[in-house]
Amino acid sequence: MKSNSMKKWFAAGTPWIWLNAGAVSISVVMVVGLLLLIAVRGLGHFWPADVQQYRYHDQGKTVRLIGEQVSEELISSGLLRESGQTVADDRESVKRYLLKIGNRDIGGLDFVWITELGIEEQSQPDALMVLERREWGNFYGYLKQVKERGQLVSSKQSLWSELQQRLQRVSHFYERIEKIQKSEIGAVNYQLERLRLQARSYELNGGSTPAEQSELASERQRLNVEYELLQKELNQLLHQVNRDSLVAEVMSGETVEISLQKIVQAYRPNEMNVLQKLGFYFASIGSFISNDPREANTEGGIFPAIFGTVMMVLLMAIMVTPLGVIAALYLREYAHQGFVTRAIRIAVNNLAGVPSIVYGIFGLGFFVYFLGGNIDQLFFPEAAPAPTFGTPGLLWASLTLALLTLPVVIVATEEGLSRIPRSIREGSLALGATKAETLWHTVLPMASPAIMTGLILAIARAAGEVAPLMLVGVVKLAPTLPLDGNFPFLHMERQFMHLGFHIYDVGFQSPNVEAARPLVYATALLLVLVIIMLNLTAIAIRNRLREKFRSLEN
Amino acid sequence: MSDTSGSSSANHAIDVRHLSPSRPALKLEEEQVSLQVKDLQLYYAEKRALHGINLDIPQKKVTAFIGPSGCGKSTLLRCFNRMNDLVDGCRIEGEITLDGENIYAPQVDVPDLRRRVGMVFQKPNPFPKSIYENVAYGLRLQGVNKRRLLDEVVESSLRRAALWDEVKDRLHDSAFGLSGGQQQRLVIARAVAIEPEVLLLDEPASALDPISTLKIEELIYELKSKYTLVIVTHNMQQAARVSDYTAFMYMGDLIEYGATDSLFTNPTQKQTEDYITGRYG
Repeated sequence: MKSNSMKKWFAAGTPWIWLNAGAVSISVVMVVGLLLLIAVRGLGHFWPADVQQYRYHDQGKTVRLIGEQVSEELISSGLLRESGQTVADDRESVKRYLLKIGNRDIGGLDFVWITELGIEEQSQPDALMVLERREWGNFYGYLKQVKERGQLVSSKQSLWSELQQRLQRVSHFYERIEKIQKSEIGAVNYQLERLRLQARSYELNGGSTPAEQSELASERQRLNVEYELLQKELNQLLHQVNRDSLVAEVMSGETVEISLQKIVQAYRPNEMNVLQKLGFYFASIGSFISNDPREANTEGGIFPAIFGTVMMVLLMAIMVTPLGVIAALYLREYAHQGFVTRAIRIAVNNLAGVPSIVYGIFGLGFFVYFLGGNIDQLFFPEAAPAPTFGTPGLLWASLTLALLTLPVVIVATEEGLSRIPRSIREGSLALGATKAETLWHTVLPMASPAIMTGLILAIARAAGEVAPLMLVGVVKLAPTLPLDGNFPFLHMERQFMHLGFHIYDVGFQSPNVEAARPLVYATALLLVLVIIMLNLTAIAIRNRLREKFRSLEN
Repeated sequence: MSDTSGSSSANHAIDVRHLSPSRPALKLEEEQVSLQVKDLQLYYAEKRALHGINLDIPQKKVTAFIGPSGCGKSTLLRCFNRMNDLVDGCRIEGEITLDGENIYAPQVDVPDLRRRVGMVFQKPNPFPKSIYENVAYGLRLQGVNKRRLLDEVVESSLRRAALWDEVKDRLHDSAFGLSGGQQQRLVIARAVAIEPEVLLLDEPASALDPISTLKIEELIYELKSKYTLVIVTHNMQQAARVSDYTAFMYMGDLIEYGATDSLFTNPTQKQTEDYITGRYG
């Protein structure tokens, strides 16, 4: 009786349902867990945590420590005793805290460990100030004085609002300086370089006519004048920006003077309320997304990496789609379905399984050195010996990834083509269409949702790929974006930054790993978000196409 | 035995007459020949599917092919616009002439032939486009892009297919929104839009409900004033209702061919009689 009901239970498929549901929930938990982990770790970094001040007793001395508490952990008392500290006998473990004390230029260390045993007093004074600096990381201390050209400033308003006002002025100038240095002087330099190349190409082609020479000279003259003007303005601005400085007291009691031009922003987290903190939090995330990196990528934003990633994926999509679709059309519609076609199909499927680094090596050997080298010789002899296309760059990275994702697109497109009902093709042919016309007007549009599916898979794979990119175009820090205001606007030969590589670089190659760790999580989160965004766009397009070309199902 | 079969066939014949009482008896010799099939043999790889068919199809009349499943009637129909060319391993001997020209001659332009010989399939197969674009498809292929001309042809074709009144307010909606019967009439409109000489209909009503079937049959009756129609059907009543001539095929052979009335009332072959009286098939 019992075994009978057991049999029924099995026959009804109940265990399978449980098994399936279990598998699904494990997948969901894993995905959500992953996202949560990187979200919490990454996004927590931008919260303006309270700054603590400790009176700390260490090895017979009492010192003042100021910093943010980053993490805490339990360690066994035995370990502490071995290191020579006295711990009460009845204690098994002791809490210790990791404190970010900043002021790397003064103390040399960003972080210290302290144990709860040494803490004599802990407080959060409102007056404690955090400076986000352009160099040397954060600064913690008390604001003492504000100076203008070395002279003490005395004003009716409080020191703090005086500082904020002057900071605003400086940041205004700083923006202008950035603009002049990056885009305006950059543009002049770019044009000068083009002139140099033009002169060189005249030289290579057997000299230039006097007219050409004078034209070049006058152009060069014009640019030099422009450059001088900009340089003058820049010097003035630098003089302006250098005007103010502040004096602050650090935890050891020393005072230091810091020029305001080195400061991104100053804030006092201890006196902020939750709303102010929230505002600060979102502003920090915003500047993380929109700013350039600083300090070997461990500070500042990651905008160039986001830009590079999206740009490369879009270029890859533009390259892989026509290639994959045309190849699939030939394989499915025109090629004789014999041994050779089968072999090609197997080869294509196997290409999808080749490790990506192999594609990277192929890209470096074939695209960069062979193709790029030859292009340089043929079209850019004036730039030699400096390579133009014969060096890793955006074009080669996109092409390499297009090659990497080609099998996915071919397989998906073939699948789509094979699903178009025969009756539709015959209907078109019966109206006097040739095969090509039938393919172009009817079959391909109907297969477009399948093509988009292939593209979605390709994007998902390409956006997450890092290894081959390290060989064919990604760099730690690219001075310019591959898209800018200088003709021809899209610079396919330039190297670019990539979120995936940024994670690797910040996490493992940076001089200050502890400080950079939250950035690794934040960058990872952003990479995932970028991929999701790209995919959602593609999926939305596919669903629209699907709706439009719904197959005959009546 | 022959007595009973004779009487039942007579009964059947009365039914047929009842359905189409006004049709005059016609003789094939009086007609102008549109398509002429001469000793046609068709092979699928090594298998012979059609065994030496000889057949004249008259102009601007309806000719029906009947016969049990697999007898080769659709295969024969698809020879007229060379649809069989798409089948791997299909080979043809003999010839088919359209207005005296062999359509299997090497210099024949197949798309051009298919413009002259239109075809409607068993299942409605509209393209995933709007109603308007479905009808305009053939014209656009020929490079016609003038809006006014297209509008005109779309309207007249839809009218000829008795669909205009039902769709004139939603010409730019998807063709998939139409019912099965409407879709089939749309496909007919699409075919007549390019003004073919011959229209091949491969069981055009077999996937439709009775009312849609009736509409298609009426439409066939209308269309024969302009086109030569060839219809394959496995519904004998339908053949009797709509066609002027009927060919009975069996196992790849043309058994009997003649005016519909005489074939249904007075079959000369025993096999034909057995089939139309329902002994097999």
